[in-house]
Amino acid sequence: MSAQGETPSRGGTAFWNDPKFRSIFFQLLVVAAVAAFGWYLFRNTSANLERQGIASGFDFWNSTAGFGIIDSWIEYSEESTYGRVFWVGLLNTLTVSILGIILATIVGFTIGVARLSPNWLISRMATVYIETLRNIPLLLQIFFWYGLILKGFPQIRNSYDIFGTIFLNNRGLYTPKPIFEPGTWMMFMGFGLAIAGIIWLSTWSHRRQQRTGEQFPVFLTSLGMFIGIPALGLLIASLVYGGVPISFDYPSLQGFNFKGGSELIPELVALLLALSAYTAAFIAEIVRAGILAVSHGQTEAAHSLGLRNGPTLRLVVIPQALRVIIPPLTSQYLNLTKNSSLAAAIAYPELVSVFAGTVLNQTGQAVEVIGITMALYLGLSLLISFFMNWYNKKMALVER
Amino acid sequence: MTDTASNGAIVKHDRHEDLPPPKSEVGIYGWIYHNLLYPWYNAVLTLIGSAIAIWAISGVVDYIFIGSIWVGDGPEACTAQDGSVIHACWVFIDARFHQFIYGPFYPEAFRWRINYSFLLLALVATPLFLNPEWIRRGIGLAVAGVATIFSLVAYGAGPAAVIAFMMFAPYGLSYIRLGTILPHSDQNAVIGFGVRLAVIVAAGVAGYFLGGAILGDNEAIASGWILAFLTFGLVTLNKASVKSWIAFLLIFIYPFIAFFLWVGDGFGLDYIETPKWGGLFLTLVVAGTGIAASLPVGILFALGRRSEMPAVRAVSIGFIELWRGVPLITVLFMSSVMLPLFLPEGVNFDKLLRALIGVALFSSAYMAEVVRGGLQAIPKGQYEAAASMGLGYWQMMRLIILPQALKLVIPGIVNTFIGLFKDTTLVLIIGLFDLLGSVQAATTDPKWVAMFVEGYIFTAFVFWIFCFGMSRYSMHIERKLHTGHKRR
Repeated sequence: MSAQGETPSRGGTAFWNDPKFRSIFFQLLVVAAVAAFGWYLFRNTSANLERQGIASGFDFWNSTAGFGIIDSWIEYSEESTYGRVFWVGLLNTLTVSILGIILATIVGFTIGVARLSPNWLISRMATVYIETLRNIPLLLQIFFWYGLILKGFPQIRNSYDIFGTIFLNNRGLYTPKPIFEPGTWMMFMGFGLAIAGIIWLSTWSHRRQQRTGEQFPVFLTSLGMFIGIPALGLLIASLVYGGVPISFDYPSLQGFNFKGGSELIPELVALLLALSAYTAAFIAEIVRAGILAVSHGQTEAAHSLGLRNGPTLRLVVIPQALRVIIPPLTSQYLNLTKNSSLAAAIAYPELVSVFAGTVLNQTGQAVEVIGITMALYLGLSLLISFFMNWYNKKMALVER
Repeated sequence: MTDTASNGAIVKHDRHEDLPPPKSEVGIYGWIYHNLLYPWYNAVLTLIGSAIAIWAISGVVDYIFIGSIWVGDGPEACTAQDGSVIHACWVFIDARFHQFIYGPFYPEAFRWRINYSFLLLALVATPLFLNPEWIRRGIGLAVAGVATIFSLVAYGAGPAAVIAFMMFAPYGLSYIRLGTILPHSDQNAVIGFGVRLAVIVAAGVAGYFLGGAILGDNEAIASGWILAFLTFGLVTLNKASVKSWIAFLLIFIYPFIAFFLWVGDGFGLDYIETPKWGGLFLTLVVAGTGIAASLPVGILFALGRRSEMPAVRAVSIGFIELWRGVPLITVLFMSSVMLPLFLPEGVNFDKLLRALIGVALFSSAYMAEVVRGGLQAIPKGQYEAAASMGLGYWQMMRLIILPQALKLVIPGIVNTFIGLFKDTTLVLIIGLFDLLGSVQAATTDPKWVAMFVEGYIFTAFVFWIFCFGMSRYSMHIERKLHTGHKRR
């Protein structure tokens, strides 16, 4: 290993044994190696691109894509540009991620709490769920659900239906679509007012409790405001415009397909099912660990102060458990977002599938396309982790 | 004994016998009462839960066992009289089993090479799990003898010789102490190090020329490296135990044997192109390479991230955050379409190697973060104590910090391995036929097109066994290595 031969009696250390010199020397070496490696890659790449006659730069962004996309939130046709394809893909990625995060959180918290249930059967069932799903590759689960929906679900004529409004078949999930007619703005304004009112109410009641110790039923009042004010807006709107301004467009079977309503394509349904079921298994373990991390003494102390079960959970246990839960939960949300890229395997048109897949194949501009895709995911990851770090800091224990 | 006192009251003098505990507290009934029925909402939950459980279990049992078909010759065995398909049709798995294990394109005549390579790995590693030392020696030598005779019958003289060498060598090598003859590196580092390096290089060069002369050009480089590594072990592992020698052979020599068994083109083995690899074999190769690469590289980057040198730290953070921030699939896309552009003209990596590089980079970044967690948990006093003993940076890390840090993060390391193992399925997206890819390919066969559920259940079962096994084994290791005071 390193030289240990020098003895202090020789007077002073040789310069190559001086830690400062060594540190600077190694750093220069590292920087030089990284720079040389980067230069090597750059030179090879530009030589290869030139030799193969591949254009570089971002001109492709504005040229016509010429392929169709089955599911898009924004206006898209075959004449749209590659840039448009990118935005379609990005929006679909975000859709899957956000819906997946919501579903996985709900399922994960439920399973996690169920695993801690004193009820033996319930906790065993939660354990089986967790141990099964988290030990099976996500891609396999996506394939499984996709195959099941395409081949196992009924034909369109024999759809599973729920009260004749929601239909599930091998072409996807059909739900009623709300149609907003003029006057709906009053309802939305009502929501805005209600949210503002709730924020004001909670600060006011908090201040009052600090000052006088009196409590105010904030939750019930807020709930009332949140439902009541928009309902009032709706009522006024229907009086002014003569009729309720929201109607629902129900899907109905016409010919060989459903018309009307909004449709979730089978790819999206399979992806959501697999992603949220898989991530929920991990979230459940995190939730369980978080709740177990709050010692029972905290609950006993709260009880001895006279708090009932509800307030104990809400004011003592959950805030402390969240502190343990949030950091790993963040990384699960990040994982889910990154795992949404597996959609490429079942051709759901999200970013990797349409942009890093089809656009790359058509243009051949690997460096730009992969670069943009990776930069975007990196940005998304950093954004979520910044947000969660901020939240984590807010929740963290304030120490002296 | 009761007396009647003078005023007529009944007085009891002896203690009443203990009453039995209430029926609701003990026994099976008590257990059921407390775990399933109390309070009332638990009874409701139990009712709903058992309904779901019975529905699910009966459905699964009916699908997998009762209504299924296990034996038959082809898809006809699973076709009912009215032409519909009977599920579950395990005949499908049986018919395609070899394709799932070795891949759809692997030549049948060479399957023995894969079997032999994994058999060798298992046999050589066996003594590592036998404790204590005398059992290891006794059973280890016995297994070595039986395995040699068995392989002589099953595979022939060459493979038997390899098995014999790999299994017997650790016992003999642990007695050779070449390091004590050479100048000691503690007295003069430059001479000690120089002599050792010279011996290793000399052995390597000798191996190169000997191998080239006796065997041929393809074997020359390999035999040079093998001899150099063996010498490296001889001069560095002095008082090494049998266990260390087994680990050494597994880490430094086994990869060469595995390479020639899998790829061939040397030592009289035919060449098999990597596009022909597939099935569970490919999954294990990708996962194994990722695991083997991720630990050392991850440790290096974790140390880099904790370094006091800003440039080293910046490079490590950049590397880790870049790979951790992007999905594996974009890494695989990158390595499959961009890597060829990065290389100079004429140099060409095959598809599998590109995927392996992508997987290794990706898993190293995750491993680095896990190891960093362990490093951060080591109290500063340990670093200071090590420094005050006169240990240099690498000695301090190797002897004091890393053994403690790695022990702390075993669960995290194994979780990363499990994650990596599951993530190997992604290689099918860039066109490699791993286990899932082979099953996918088999279900597109029109004869078997209805059998995808059976295929997926089989795949899920295989992955589940591996992942669940790994997690249980890590728990076992954790308990074994727990040297501190246990609570409770």
